[in-house]
Amino acid sequence: MRTGPKHNTLISAYFIHHARVLLGSLGHLTRHPMSTMMTMAVIAIALTLPSGLYLALNNISGLSEGWDSSTKISLFLHASVDERKAQTLLNRLQLHNEIDHVSLITKEQGLDQFKQLSGFGSALQFLESNPLPIVLVVQPIIDTKRPDRIDQLLKELESDKLVELAQLDMQWVKRLYALLEIAHRVIWAIGGLLGLAVLLIVGNTIRLDIQNRRSEIEVSKLIGASNAFIRRPFLYTGFWYGFSGGLLAWLLTTSSLYLLAEPVEKLALLYHSDFQLSGLSAGDTANLIMISCGLGLLGSWLAVGRHLDEIEPS
Amino acid sequence: MIHFDNVSKRYPGGYEALNQVSFRLPRGKMGYLTGHSGAGKSTLLKLIALIERPSRGQIILDGVNLSHISNRQVPYVRRNIGIIFQNHHLLYDRPVFDNVAMPLVIQGYRHREIQSRTRAALDQVGLLKKEKSDPITLSGGEQQRVGIARAIVHKPALLLADEPTGNLDPELSLEIMELFARFNQVGTSVLIASHDLDLIQHMGAQALSLKDGRVVHDEISPHVTTAGAA
Repeated sequence: MRTGPKHNTLISAYFIHHARVLLGSLGHLTRHPMSTMMTMAVIAIALTLPSGLYLALNNISGLSEGWDSSTKISLFLHASVDERKAQTLLNRLQLHNEIDHVSLITKEQGLDQFKQLSGFGSALQFLESNPLPIVLVVQPIIDTKRPDRIDQLLKELESDKLVELAQLDMQWVKRLYALLEIAHRVIWAIGGLLGLAVLLIVGNTIRLDIQNRRSEIEVSKLIGASNAFIRRPFLYTGFWYGFSGGLLAWLLTTSSLYLLAEPVEKLALLYHSDFQLSGLSAGDTANLIMISCGLGLLGSWLAVGRHLDEIEPS
Repeated sequence: MIHFDNVSKRYPGGYEALNQVSFRLPRGKMGYLTGHSGAGKSTLLKLIALIERPSRGQIILDGVNLSHISNRQVPYVRRNIGIIFQNHHLLYDRPVFDNVAMPLVIQGYRHREIQSRTRAALDQVGLLKKEKSDPITLSGGEQQRVGIARAIVHKPALLLADEPTGNLDPELSLEIMELFARFNQVGTSVLIASHDLDLIQHMGAQALSLKDGRVVHDEISPHVTTAGAA
Protein backbone atom coordinates (compact mmCIF):
# COMPACT_ATOMS: atom_id res chain seq x y z
CA MET A 1 0.00 0.00 0.00
CA ARG A 2 1.61 3.24 -1.03
CA THR A 3 -1.26 5.58 -0.43
CA GLY A 4 -2.12 7.66 2.59
CA PRO A 5 -0.17 10.29 4.47
CA LYS A 6 2.32 9.56 7.23
CA HIS A 7 0.95 8.55 10.60
CA ASN A 8 2.29 11.41 12.72
CA THR A 9 0.72 13.97 10.44
CA LEU A 10 -2.55 12.05 10.61
CA ILE A 11 -3.28 12.90 14.23
CA SER A 12 -3.02 16.65 13.89
CA ALA A 13 -4.71 16.42 10.49
CA TYR A 14 -7.57 14.68 12.29
CA PHE A 15 -8.21 17.69 14.51
CA ILE A 16 -7.72 20.12 11.67
CA HIS A 17 -10.23 18.09 9.71
CA HIS A 18 -12.74 18.22 12.56
CA ALA A 19 -12.37 21.97 12.87
CA ARG A 20 -12.73 22.29 9.12
CA VAL A 21 -15.91 20.18 9.08
CA LEU A 22 -17.30 22.14 12.04
CA LEU A 23 -16.82 25.42 10.18
CA GLY A 24 -17.76 23.86 6.88
CA SER A 25 -21.13 22.72 8.17
CA LEU A 26 -21.69 26.19 9.61
CA GLY A 27 -20.88 27.61 6.20
CA HIS A 28 -23.27 25.15 4.61
CA LEU A 29 -26.02 26.40 6.93
CA THR A 30 -25.33 30.07 6.22
CA ARG A 31 -25.63 29.39 2.50
CA HIS A 32 -29.27 28.46 3.06
CA PRO A 33 -30.22 31.22 5.51
CA MET A 34 -34.00 30.99 5.17
CA SER A 35 -34.42 27.30 5.88
CA THR A 36 -31.71 27.43 8.55
CA MET A 37 -33.44 30.28 10.33
CA MET A 38 -36.82 28.57 10.18
CA THR A 39 -35.41 25.41 11.72
CA MET A 40 -33.60 27.48 14.32
CA ALA A 41 -36.78 29.37 15.18
CA VAL A 42 -38.85 26.21 15.55
CA ILE A 43 -36.25 24.70 17.87
CA ALA A 44 -36.00 27.94 19.83
CA ILE A 45 -39.75 28.22 20.31
CA ALA A 46 -39.98 24.60 21.37
CA LEU A 47 -37.28 25.26 23.97
CA THR A 48 -38.50 28.68 25.08
CA LEU A 49 -41.80 27.36 26.33
CA PRO A 50 -40.42 24.94 28.94
CA SER A 51 -37.58 27.26 29.93
CA GLY A 52 -40.04 30.12 30.38
CA LEU A 53 -42.29 27.95 32.53
CA TYR A 54 -39.27 26.81 34.49
CA LEU A 55 -38.32 30.41 35.09
CA ALA A 56 -41.84 31.34 36.18
CA LEU A 57 -41.91 28.44 38.61
CA ASN A 58 -38.49 29.38 39.95
CA ASN A 59 -39.67 32.91 40.60
CA ILE A 60 -42.82 31.73 42.37
CA SER A 61 -40.81 29.35 44.52
CA GLY A 62 -38.40 32.15 45.31
CA LEU A 63 -41.30 34.38 46.25
CA SER A 64 -42.81 31.83 48.62
CA GLU A 65 -39.49 31.01 50.24
CA GLY A 66 -39.60 34.41 51.93
CA TRP A 67 -42.90 33.46 53.50
CA ASP A 68 -41.43 30.36 55.07
CA SER A 69 -39.74 32.46 57.73
CA SER A 70 -42.92 34.41 58.28
CA THR A 71 -44.79 31.24 59.14
CA LYS A 72 -45.70 32.05 62.72
CA ILE A 73 -47.99 30.58 65.30
CA SER A 74 -49.97 33.05 67.35
CA LEU A 75 -50.89 31.82 70.86
CA PHE A 76 -53.82 33.71 72.30
CA LEU A 77 -53.64 33.19 76.04
CA HIS A 78 -56.63 33.06 78.36
CA ALA A 79 -57.76 36.49 79.51
CA SER A 80 -57.00 35.56 83.10
CA VAL A 81 -53.34 34.93 82.39
CA ASP A 82 -51.20 37.79 83.62
CA GLU A 83 -47.90 38.97 82.23
CA ARG A 84 -45.77 37.10 84.76
CA LYS A 85 -47.30 33.75 83.89
CA ALA A 86 -47.03 34.58 80.21
CA GLN A 87 -43.34 35.33 80.69
CA THR A 88 -42.85 31.93 82.33
CA LEU A 89 -44.56 30.22 79.44
CA LEU A 90 -42.38 32.19 77.04
CA ASN A 91 -39.24 31.08 78.84
CA ARG A 92 -40.42 27.49 78.74
CA LEU A 93 -41.20 27.63 75.01
CA GLN A 94 -37.84 29.21 74.23
CA LEU A 95 -36.23 25.91 75.27
CA HIS A 96 -38.40 23.86 72.90
CA ASN A 97 -36.14 22.40 70.21
CA GLU A 98 -38.62 23.03 67.38
CA ILE A 99 -39.06 26.68 68.18
CA ASP A 100 -36.72 29.31 66.94
CA HIS A 101 -37.86 32.14 69.15
CA VAL A 102 -40.93 33.49 70.92
CA SER A 103 -42.00 37.08 71.42
CA LEU A 104 -44.60 38.49 73.70
CA ILE A 105 -47.25 41.06 72.84
CA THR A 106 -48.72 42.59 75.96
CA LYS A 107 -52.34 43.65 76.14
CA GLU A 108 -51.30 47.30 75.76
CA GLN A 109 -49.07 46.66 72.78
CA GLY A 110 -51.85 44.66 71.20
CA LEU A 111 -54.29 47.49 71.68
CA ASP A 112 -51.83 50.01 70.24
CA GLN A 113 -51.27 47.92 67.15
CA PHE A 114 -54.97 47.39 66.77
CA LYS A 115 -55.60 51.12 66.99
CA GLN A 116 -53.04 51.84 64.35
CA LEU A 117 -53.98 49.16 61.87
CA SER A 118 -57.73 48.86 62.23
CA GLY A 119 -58.75 52.44 61.92
CA PHE A 120 -61.06 52.14 64.91
CA GLY A 121 -58.64 54.21 66.98
CA SER A 122 -61.13 56.78 68.23
CA ALA A 123 -63.87 54.26 68.89
CA LEU A 124 -61.57 52.18 71.08
CA GLN A 125 -61.06 55.10 73.42
CA PHE A 126 -64.56 54.48 74.74
CA LEU A 127 -63.62 51.00 75.95
CA GLU A 128 -63.45 50.79 79.70
CA SER A 129 -60.94 47.96 79.86
CA ASN A 130 -58.63 46.32 77.43
CA PRO A 131 -60.41 43.26 75.98
CA LEU A 132 -57.35 41.85 74.26
CA PRO A 133 -55.48 38.82 75.59
CA ILE A 134 -51.73 38.50 75.85
CA VAL A 135 -50.35 36.98 72.66
CA LEU A 136 -47.21 34.92 72.27
CA VAL A 137 -45.85 34.84 68.74
CA VAL A 138 -43.97 31.60 68.12
CA GLN A 139 -41.49 31.35 65.29
CA PRO A 140 -41.14 27.63 64.59
CA ILE A 141 -38.07 26.06 63.00
CA ILE A 142 -39.32 25.06 59.58
CA ASP A 143 -38.28 21.71 58.24
CA THR A 144 -39.48 21.81 54.65
CA LYS A 145 -38.96 18.09 54.30
CA ARG A 146 -41.38 17.39 57.16
CA PRO A 147 -44.30 19.79 56.84
CA ASP A 148 -46.42 17.66 59.21
CA ARG A 149 -44.17 18.61 62.15
CA ILE A 150 -45.62 22.06 62.31
CA ASP A 151 -49.10 20.57 62.77
CA GLN A 152 -47.83 18.49 65.68
CA LEU A 153 -46.28 21.57 67.22
CA LEU A 154 -49.53 23.46 66.77
CA LYS A 155 -51.50 20.74 68.61
CA GLU A 156 -48.90 20.56 71.32
CA LEU A 157 -49.06 24.31 71.93
CA GLU A 158 -52.84 24.36 71.83
CA SER A 159 -53.00 21.73 74.56
CA ASP A 160 -51.22 24.02 77.02
CA LYS A 161 -53.65 25.10 79.74
CA LEU A 162 -52.67 28.76 79.47
CA VAL A 163 -53.44 28.86 75.75
CA GLU A 164 -56.91 29.57 74.58
CA LEU A 165 -56.24 29.47 70.86
CA ALA A 166 -53.23 28.56 68.72
CA GLN A 167 -53.44 29.80 65.20
CA LEU A 168 -51.29 29.02 62.18
CA ASP A 169 -52.10 31.41 59.35
CA MET A 170 -49.89 30.02 56.69
CA GLN A 171 -51.85 26.96 55.74
CA TRP A 172 -52.08 28.22 52.20
CA VAL A 173 -48.29 28.20 51.86
CA LYS A 174 -48.45 24.44 52.09
CA ARG A 175 -51.14 24.35 49.48
CA LEU A 176 -49.00 26.55 47.25
CA TYR A 177 -46.13 24.12 47.69
CA ALA A 178 -48.33 21.25 46.65
CA LEU A 179 -49.40 23.19 43.59
CA LEU A 180 -45.82 24.06 42.75
CA GLU A 181 -44.92 20.40 42.98
CA ILE A 182 -47.62 19.59 40.43
CA ALA A 183 -46.48 22.48 38.23
CA HIS A 184 -42.95 21.06 38.38
CA ARG A 185 -44.12 17.73 37.06
CA VAL A 186 -46.18 19.40 34.34
CA ILE A 187 -43.15 21.35 33.22
CA TRP A 188 -41.10 18.19 33.06
CA ALA A 189 -43.77 16.53 30.95
CA ILE A 190 -44.06 19.52 28.62
CA GLY A 191 -40.30 19.85 28.47
CA GLY A 192 -39.97 16.17 27.62
CA LEU A 193 -42.53 16.37 24.83
CA LEU A 194 -41.02 19.51 23.36
CA GLY A 195 -37.54 17.97 23.63
CA LEU A 196 -38.87 15.08 21.60
CA ALA A 197 -40.24 17.59 19.12
CA VAL A 198 -36.80 19.18 18.78
CA LEU A 199 -35.35 15.72 18.17
CA LEU A 200 -37.86 15.10 15.40
CA ILE A 201 -37.37 18.53 13.85
CA VAL A 202 -33.60 18.13 13.69
CA GLY A 203 -33.93 14.54 12.53
CA ASN A 204 -36.26 15.48 9.71
CA THR A 205 -34.15 18.44 8.64
CA ILE A 206 -31.05 16.27 8.52
CA ARG A 207 -32.94 13.58 6.62
CA LEU A 208 -33.84 16.12 3.92
CA ASP A 209 -30.26 17.35 3.92
CA ILE A 210 -29.02 13.80 3.38
CA GLN A 211 -31.40 13.35 0.48
CA ASN A 212 -30.27 16.61 -1.10
CA ARG A 213 -26.65 15.55 -0.85
CA ARG A 214 -27.23 12.04 -2.08
CA SER A 215 -24.81 12.27 -5.01
CA GLU A 216 -22.10 13.73 -2.79
CA ILE A 217 -22.52 10.84 -0.36
CA GLU A 218 -22.43 8.29 -3.16
CA VAL A 219 -19.26 9.72 -4.69
CA SER A 220 -17.63 10.01 -1.28
CA LYS A 221 -18.35 6.36 -0.58
CA LEU A 222 -16.92 5.38 -3.96
CA ILE A 223 -13.64 7.13 -3.36
CA GLY A 224 -13.14 5.56 0.02
CA ALA A 225 -14.84 7.79 2.59
CA SER A 226 -15.58 5.94 5.81
CA ASN A 227 -19.05 6.13 7.29
CA ALA A 228 -17.67 8.28 10.10
CA PHE A 229 -16.31 10.75 7.57
CA ILE A 230 -19.67 11.00 5.80
CA ARG A 231 -21.60 11.19 9.06
CA ARG A 232 -19.48 13.99 10.50
CA PRO A 233 -20.79 17.03 8.59
CA PHE A 234 -24.37 16.01 9.31
CA LEU A 235 -23.64 15.57 13.01
CA TYR A 236 -22.02 18.98 13.15
CA THR A 237 -24.98 20.44 11.28
CA GLY A 238 -27.25 18.97 13.96
CA PHE A 239 -24.98 20.43 16.60
CA TRP A 240 -25.22 23.89 15.04
CA TYR A 241 -28.99 23.64 14.83
CA GLY A 242 -29.11 22.74 18.51
CA PHE A 243 -26.62 25.40 19.52
CA SER A 244 -28.22 28.23 17.58
CA GLY A 245 -31.71 27.12 18.60
CA GLY A 246 -30.60 27.09 22.24
CA LEU A 247 -29.07 30.55 21.98
CA LEU A 248 -32.22 31.90 20.38
CA ALA A 249 -34.35 30.24 23.07
CA TRP A 250 -32.21 31.94 25.71
CA LEU A 251 -32.66 35.24 23.91
CA LEU A 252 -36.43 34.78 23.69
CA THR A 253 -36.73 33.78 27.34
CA THR A 254 -34.57 36.65 28.53
CA SER A 255 -36.32 39.24 26.41
CA SER A 256 -39.78 38.09 27.52
CA LEU A 257 -38.54 38.38 31.07
CA TYR A 258 -37.33 41.88 30.34
CA LEU A 259 -40.78 42.76 29.03
CA LEU A 260 -42.38 41.39 32.19
CA ALA A 261 -39.94 42.88 34.68
CA GLU A 262 -41.49 46.36 34.90
CA PRO A 263 -45.16 45.40 35.39
CA VAL A 264 -44.15 42.73 37.88
CA GLU A 265 -42.16 45.28 39.83
CA LYS A 266 -45.18 47.59 39.86
CA LEU A 267 -47.38 44.78 41.08
CA ALA A 268 -44.91 43.88 43.80
CA LEU A 269 -44.81 47.50 44.90
CA LEU A 270 -48.56 47.43 45.38
CA TYR A 271 -48.03 44.51 47.76
CA HIS A 272 -45.26 46.41 49.59
CA SER A 273 -42.75 43.88 48.31
CA ASP A 274 -39.35 44.52 46.78
CA PHE A 275 -39.70 41.32 44.78
CA GLN A 276 -37.81 41.26 41.47
CA LEU A 277 -37.98 38.73 38.66
CA SER A 278 -34.85 36.63 38.46
CA GLY A 279 -33.64 35.53 35.04
CA LEU A 280 -31.88 32.39 33.89
CA SER A 281 -28.73 31.92 35.92
CA ALA A 282 -25.42 31.12 34.27
CA GLY A 283 -25.94 27.49 35.23
CA ASP A 284 -29.47 27.45 33.80
CA THR A 285 -28.21 29.02 30.59
CA ALA A 286 -25.41 26.48 30.30
CA ASN A 287 -27.92 23.69 30.87
CA LEU A 288 -30.28 25.08 28.26
CA ILE A 289 -27.52 25.35 25.65
CA MET A 290 -26.13 21.93 26.53
CA ILE A 291 -29.52 20.23 26.37
CA SER A 292 -30.25 21.95 23.09
CA CYS A 293 -26.87 20.96 21.58
CA GLY A 294 -27.39 17.43 22.85
CA LEU A 295 -30.83 17.21 21.26
CA GLY A 296 -29.44 18.55 17.99
CA LEU A 297 -26.62 16.00 17.98
CA LEU A 298 -28.89 13.14 18.99
CA GLY A 299 -31.51 14.05 16.38
CA SER A 300 -28.97 14.16 13.60
CA TRP A 301 -27.31 10.98 14.88
CA LEU A 302 -30.61 9.12 14.66
CA ALA A 303 -31.39 10.49 11.20
CA VAL A 304 -27.92 9.74 9.87
CA GLY A 305 -27.97 6.25 11.34
CA ARG A 306 -31.28 5.52 9.66
CA HIS A 307 -30.70 7.04 6.26
CA LEU A 308 -26.99 6.92 5.50
CA ASP A 309 -26.83 3.16 5.08
CA GLU A 310 -29.63 3.36 2.52
CA ILE A 311 -27.35 5.26 0.19
CA GLU A 312 -24.87 2.90 -1.42
CA PRO A 313 -23.18 3.44 -4.77
CA SER A 314 -24.45 1.15 -7.51
CA MET B 1 -2.70 -7.18 -8.65
CA ILE B 2 -6.13 -8.64 -9.35
CA HIS B 3 -6.82 -12.35 -9.09
CA PHE B 4 -10.27 -13.79 -9.83
CA ASP B 5 -10.76 -17.41 -8.89
CA ASN B 6 -13.95 -19.00 -10.21
CA VAL B 7 -16.02 -15.94 -9.42
CA SER B 8 -19.76 -16.01 -10.07
CA LYS B 9 -22.26 -13.27 -9.46
CA ARG B 10 -25.94 -14.00 -9.42
CA TYR B 11 -28.30 -11.11 -8.75
CA PRO B 12 -31.48 -11.54 -6.76
CA GLY B 13 -34.05 -12.73 -9.26
CA GLY B 14 -31.71 -15.30 -10.77
CA TYR B 15 -29.84 -13.23 -13.38
CA GLU B 16 -26.30 -14.56 -13.58
CA ALA B 17 -24.04 -11.64 -14.46
CA LEU B 18 -20.76 -13.54 -14.10
CA ASN B 19 -20.19 -17.25 -14.37
CA GLN B 20 -17.02 -18.86 -13.02
CA VAL B 21 -14.68 -16.10 -14.09
CA SER B 22 -10.98 -16.63 -13.46
CA PHE B 23 -8.13 -14.36 -14.53
CA ARG B 24 -5.11 -12.52 -13.22
CA LEU B 25 -3.98 -8.99 -13.89
CA PRO B 26 -0.30 -8.77 -12.90
CA ARG B 27 0.92 -5.73 -10.99
CA GLY B 28 1.82 -2.81 -13.22
CA LYS B 29 -0.02 -4.16 -16.20
CA MET B 30 -2.68 -2.48 -18.32
CA GLY B 31 -5.58 -4.62 -19.49
CA TYR B 32 -8.85 -4.13 -21.30
CA LEU B 33 -12.13 -5.70 -20.50
CA THR B 34 -14.27 -6.16 -23.59
CA GLY B 35 -17.63 -7.59 -24.51
CA HIS B 36 -21.07 -6.46 -25.51
CA SER B 37 -23.18 -4.55 -23.07
CA GLY B 38 -24.63 -7.04 -20.63
CA ALA B 39 -21.60 -9.29 -20.88
CA GLY B 40 -20.66 -8.58 -17.28
CA LYS B 41 -17.94 -5.95 -17.61
CA SER B 42 -19.47 -3.50 -15.17
CA THR B 43 -20.29 -6.25 -12.69
CA LEU B 44 -16.68 -7.40 -12.76
CA LEU B 45 -15.43 -3.90 -11.98
CA LYS B 46 -18.03 -3.49 -9.22
CA LEU B 47 -16.81 -6.69 -7.61
CA ILE B 48 -13.25 -5.33 -7.51
CA ALA B 49 -14.39 -2.01 -6.02
CA LEU B 50 -16.56 -3.90 -3.50
CA ILE B 51 -19.69 -2.19 -4.76
CA GLU B 52 -21.02 -5.72 -5.21
CA ARG B 53 -20.01 -8.97 -3.54
CA PRO B 54 -19.53 -12.23 -5.47
CA SER B 55 -22.02 -15.07 -5.01
CA ARG B 56 -19.23 -17.63 -5.32
CA GLY B 57 -15.50 -17.70 -5.78
CA GLN B 58 -12.70 -15.50 -4.47
CA ILE B 59 -11.15 -12.22 -5.46
CA ILE B 60 -7.65 -11.33 -4.32
CA LEU B 61 -6.77 -7.65 -4.65
CA ASP B 62 -3.18 -6.62 -3.97
CA GLY B 63 -2.72 -9.74 -1.83
CA VAL B 64 -5.92 -9.17 0.15
CA ASN B 65 -8.79 -11.64 -0.07
CA LEU B 66 -11.83 -9.43 -0.54
CA SER B 67 -14.20 -11.96 0.98
CA HIS B 68 -12.45 -11.27 4.30
CA ILE B 69 -13.13 -7.53 4.08
CA SER B 70 -15.95 -6.38 6.32
CA ASN B 71 -18.24 -3.53 5.33
CA ARG B 72 -16.37 -1.28 7.76
CA GLN B 73 -13.09 -1.98 5.99
CA VAL B 74 -14.44 -1.38 2.49
CA PRO B 75 -13.49 2.34 2.40
CA TYR B 76 -9.85 1.50 3.13
CA VAL B 77 -9.71 -0.94 0.21
CA ARG B 78 -11.29 1.65 -2.09
CA ARG B 79 -8.64 4.18 -1.14
CA ASN B 80 -6.13 2.01 -2.96
CA ILE B 81 -8.18 2.10 -6.15
CA GLY B 82 -8.98 4.95 -8.50
CA ILE B 83 -12.31 4.54 -10.22
CA ILE B 84 -13.42 6.34 -13.38
CA PHE B 85 -17.04 6.26 -14.49
CA GLN B 86 -18.67 6.75 -17.84
CA ASN B 87 -20.89 9.50 -16.45
CA HIS B 88 -18.02 11.13 -14.53
CA HIS B 89 -19.83 11.24 -11.15
CA LEU B 90 -18.60 14.79 -10.57
CA LEU B 91 -20.19 17.06 -7.98
CA TYR B 92 -21.58 20.16 -9.64
CA ASP B 93 -21.93 22.20 -6.46
CA ARG B 94 -18.19 22.82 -6.19
CA PRO B 95 -15.32 23.85 -8.48
CA VAL B 96 -13.02 21.47 -10.32
CA PHE B 97 -10.28 21.79 -7.72
CA ASP B 98 -12.54 20.66 -4.86
CA ASN B 99 -13.79 17.72 -6.90
CA VAL B 100 -10.27 16.51 -7.57
CA ALA B 101 -9.13 17.11 -3.99
CA MET B 102 -11.89 14.94 -2.48
CA PRO B 103 -9.89 11.70 -2.08
CA LEU B 104 -7.10 13.62 -0.33
CA VAL B 105 -9.54 15.34 2.03
CA ILE B 106 -11.12 12.00 2.84
CA GLN B 107 -7.75 10.48 3.61
CA GLY B 108 -6.78 13.33 5.90
CA TYR B 109 -3.98 14.96 3.98
CA ARG B 110 -2.72 18.31 5.15
CA HIS B 111 -3.85 21.48 3.47
CA ARG B 112 -0.53 22.23 1.77
CA GLU B 113 -0.18 18.70 0.48
CA ILE B 114 -3.73 18.75 -0.85
CA GLN B 115 -2.91 21.94 -2.75
CA SER B 116 0.24 20.60 -4.37
CA ARG B 117 -1.04 17.11 -5.16
CA THR B 118 -4.33 18.34 -6.59
CA ARG B 119 -2.53 20.81 -8.84
CA ALA B 120 -0.15 18.06 -9.94
CA ALA B 121 -3.08 15.79 -10.84
CA LEU B 122 -4.83 18.59 -12.74
CA ASP B 123 -1.58 19.33 -14.56
CA GLN B 124 -1.28 15.69 -15.61
CA VAL B 125 -4.68 15.77 -17.29
CA GLY B 126 -4.02 19.24 -18.74
CA LEU B 127 -6.66 21.12 -16.77
CA LEU B 128 -4.53 23.20 -14.43
CA LYS B 129 -6.06 26.41 -15.79
CA LYS B 130 -9.59 25.18 -15.11
CA GLU B 131 -9.19 24.53 -11.39
CA LYS B 132 -11.63 27.27 -10.42
CA SER B 133 -14.24 26.42 -13.07
CA ASP B 134 -17.54 24.77 -12.30
CA PRO B 135 -17.57 21.26 -13.76
CA ILE B 136 -20.87 21.95 -15.52
CA THR B 137 -19.16 24.55 -17.74
CA LEU B 138 -16.63 22.02 -19.06
CA SER B 139 -16.97 19.88 -22.17
CA GLY B 140 -17.60 16.12 -21.92
CA GLY B 141 -13.95 15.31 -22.54
CA GLU B 142 -12.80 17.84 -19.95
CA GLN B 143 -15.25 16.50 -17.39
CA GLN B 144 -13.93 13.02 -18.00
CA ARG B 145 -10.40 14.29 -17.45
CA VAL B 146 -11.49 15.88 -14.15
CA GLY B 147 -12.82 12.44 -13.19
CA ILE B 148 -9.47 10.91 -14.10
CA ALA B 149 -7.57 13.54 -12.11
CA ARG B 150 -9.73 12.70 -9.09
CA ALA B 151 -9.04 8.99 -9.59
CA ILE B 152 -5.27 9.40 -9.69
CA VAL B 153 -4.73 12.28 -7.25
CA HIS B 154 -4.01 9.96 -4.32
CA LYS B 155 -1.74 7.75 -6.47
CA PRO B 156 -3.67 4.50 -6.18
CA ALA B 157 -2.01 1.22 -7.10
CA LEU B 158 -4.91 0.31 -9.38
CA LEU B 159 -7.03 2.30 -11.79
CA LEU B 160 -10.43 0.98 -12.84
CA ALA B 161 -12.37 2.63 -15.66
CA ASP B 162 -15.86 1.75 -16.78
CA GLU B 163 -16.46 2.85 -20.40
CA PRO B 164 -14.39 6.01 -19.88
CA THR B 165 -14.75 6.97 -23.54
CA GLY B 166 -18.39 6.00 -23.92
CA ASN B 167 -19.64 9.50 -24.65
CA LEU B 168 -16.60 10.86 -26.45
CA ASP B 169 -15.68 11.15 -30.14
CA PRO B 170 -12.82 8.93 -31.39
CA GLU B 171 -10.15 11.60 -31.23
CA LEU B 172 -10.92 12.49 -27.60
CA SER B 173 -11.24 8.80 -26.78
CA LEU B 174 -7.74 8.14 -28.02
CA GLU B 175 -6.48 11.06 -25.96
CA ILE B 176 -8.07 9.61 -22.83
CA MET B 177 -6.68 6.14 -23.49
CA GLU B 178 -3.21 7.55 -23.99
CA LEU B 179 -3.58 9.28 -20.66
CA PHE B 180 -4.24 5.89 -19.06
CA ALA B 181 -1.23 4.44 -20.84
CA ARG B 182 0.92 7.20 -19.33
CA PHE B 183 -0.23 6.38 -15.81
CA ASN B 184 0.47 2.72 -16.53
CA GLN B 185 4.01 3.59 -17.55
CA VAL B 186 4.74 4.96 -14.08
CA GLY B 187 3.67 1.69 -12.47
CA THR B 188 -0.07 1.93 -11.93
CA SER B 189 -2.07 -1.18 -12.80
CA VAL B 190 -4.98 -0.31 -15.09
CA LEU B 191 -8.13 -2.20 -16.01
CA ILE B 192 -10.44 -0.53 -18.53
CA ALA B 193 -13.85 -1.80 -19.52
CA SER B 194 -14.71 -0.77 -23.07
CA HIS B 195 -16.68 -2.05 -26.00
CA ASP B 196 -14.67 0.02 -28.46
CA LEU B 197 -12.65 -2.79 -30.09
CA ASP B 198 -11.07 -0.55 -32.74
CA LEU B 199 -9.68 1.72 -30.09
CA ILE B 200 -8.33 -1.22 -28.07
CA GLN B 201 -6.65 -2.67 -31.12
CA HIS B 202 -5.13 0.69 -31.89
CA MET B 203 -3.74 0.90 -28.35
CA GLY B 204 -2.23 -2.54 -28.80
CA ALA B 205 -2.94 -3.60 -25.24
CA GLN B 206 -4.19 -6.98 -24.10
CA ALA B 207 -7.82 -7.73 -23.45
CA LEU B 208 -10.07 -10.02 -21.45
CA SER B 209 -13.26 -10.74 -23.37
CA LEU B 210 -16.51 -11.58 -21.70
CA LYS B 211 -19.63 -13.01 -23.23
CA ASP B 212 -22.77 -13.72 -21.24
CA GLY B 213 -20.83 -13.61 -18.01
CA ARG B 214 -18.08 -16.01 -19.10
CA VAL B 215 -14.49 -15.41 -20.15
CA VAL B 216 -14.21 -16.18 -23.86
CA HIS B 217 -10.75 -14.82 -24.53
CA ASP B 218 -7.98 -13.98 -22.09
CA GLU B 219 -4.80 -12.18 -23.11
CA ILE B 220 -3.96 -10.59 -19.78
CA SER B 221 -3.39 -13.53 -17.42
CA PRO B 222 0.16 -14.91 -17.40
CA HIS B 223 0.32 -18.65 -18.44
CA VAL B 224 -3.12 -18.39 -20.00
CA THR B 225 -5.67 -20.82 -18.66
CA THR B 226 -8.95 -19.90 -20.26
CA ALA B 227 -11.08 -21.81 -17.85
CA GLY B 228 -14.40 -20.33 -18.84
CA ALA B 229 -13.85 -20.79 -22.57
CA ALA B 230 -14.23 -24.56 -22.57
